[in-house]
Amino acid sequence: MAIELNGQTIPTDEEGYIQDLSQWSPELAEVMAQEDSQELTEQHWEVINFLREYYDEYQIAPAVRVLTKQIGKRLGPEKGNSKYLYELFPYGPAKQACRYAGLPKPTGCV
Amino acid sequence: MLHTVNKSPLQTRDLDSCLLHLEAQSAESRLLLIEDGVYGALAAAPSATTLSDLANQGRLYVLGPDLSARGVAPEALIAGAEIVDYEGFVQLIVDYGPHQAWV
Amino acid sequence: MNDEFDEDAASTIKRFMFVNRKAPHGTIYALEALEVVLISAAFDQDVSLAFLDDGVLQLRKGQDAKAIEMKNFAPTYRALEGYDIEKLYVERESLEARGMTADDLVVPVEVVDRARMSALMSEQDVIMSF
Repeated sequence: MAIELNGQTIPTDEEGYIQDLSQWSPELAEVMAQEDSQELTEQHWEVINFLREYYDEYQIAPAVRVLTKQIGKRLGPEKGNSKYLYELFPYGPAKQACRYAGLPKPTGCV
Repeated sequence: MLHTVNKSPLQTRDLDSCLLHLEAQSAESRLLLIEDGVYGALAAAPSATTLSDLANQGRLYVLGPDLSARGVAPEALIAGAEIVDYEGFVQLIVDYGPHQAWV
Repeated sequence: MNDEFDEDAASTIKRFMFVNRKAPHGTIYALEALEVVLISAAFDQDVSLAFLDDGVLQLRKGQDAKAIEMKNFAPTYRALEGYDIEKLYVERESLEARGMTADDLVVPVEVVDRARMSALMSEQDVIMSF
């Protein structure tokens, strides 16, 4: 599988995760979201940007439980809960948001 | 606890490290040599002196099927090493667990 | 909180120790161990990590694996705290044999001597060796 963006072909795995993390761009996230009929608001970008920073620091995509806790610490308890994150990312905050953020699938994600 | 070593002491330091930790434990700890680890129980190996002490205390076991596979006769081993089969391996874990594998 | 539930939970929590004895990049053991540890965090057990022999080298500061085209997973040990895995034991004798101290490590740890490490091992319910 692959995604076409500005004449460039970006390969993905069968679940839609990009394989070369350096090929990520905000435009790519927008294209992925459009394919899911999902509009990316400022609230979505808060989570996507957090994930990219987390990956940059620790070299892994966080488990959902860890993401939820860390978002709570960073953005406040009204955002650090499953309900809020699942409303933003109905396919699952770790799976869907990590994919838009250009990260690998979280370790231990089932 | 039960320790297993599966590498020859002539090749790696796994047996040495295992013995240093085992010495710090109670007399309830046991050592089972498996796979290439069985070469450590050869009477001619440099490890024989230390292992003899353990064998004399009845704390050293060697896995028989791994000896046979390597053509090592029981007579070539240090005195007091007890040879066990796979069932004996399982029984050692039951009796002396937890099990640390020095892989 | 319900007392009965607490008792049930306590009886099913086991002490798991992951024993790391291999240097980081020459073999896959260290990375595999780390992945298993991260997955195990989801099961709410009493998890600890032990680093001895060449395993202490996994935590060494300043690793840069770009040029050998390997993943640099040393920073991931710093994520363990966020996974509620806070018991990292490092053997003093193993550090000393490699000219290292706790200051050379990427993450805060508890440095223990060999006798203490041996005791910690014997106190576990399950030991996973890498």
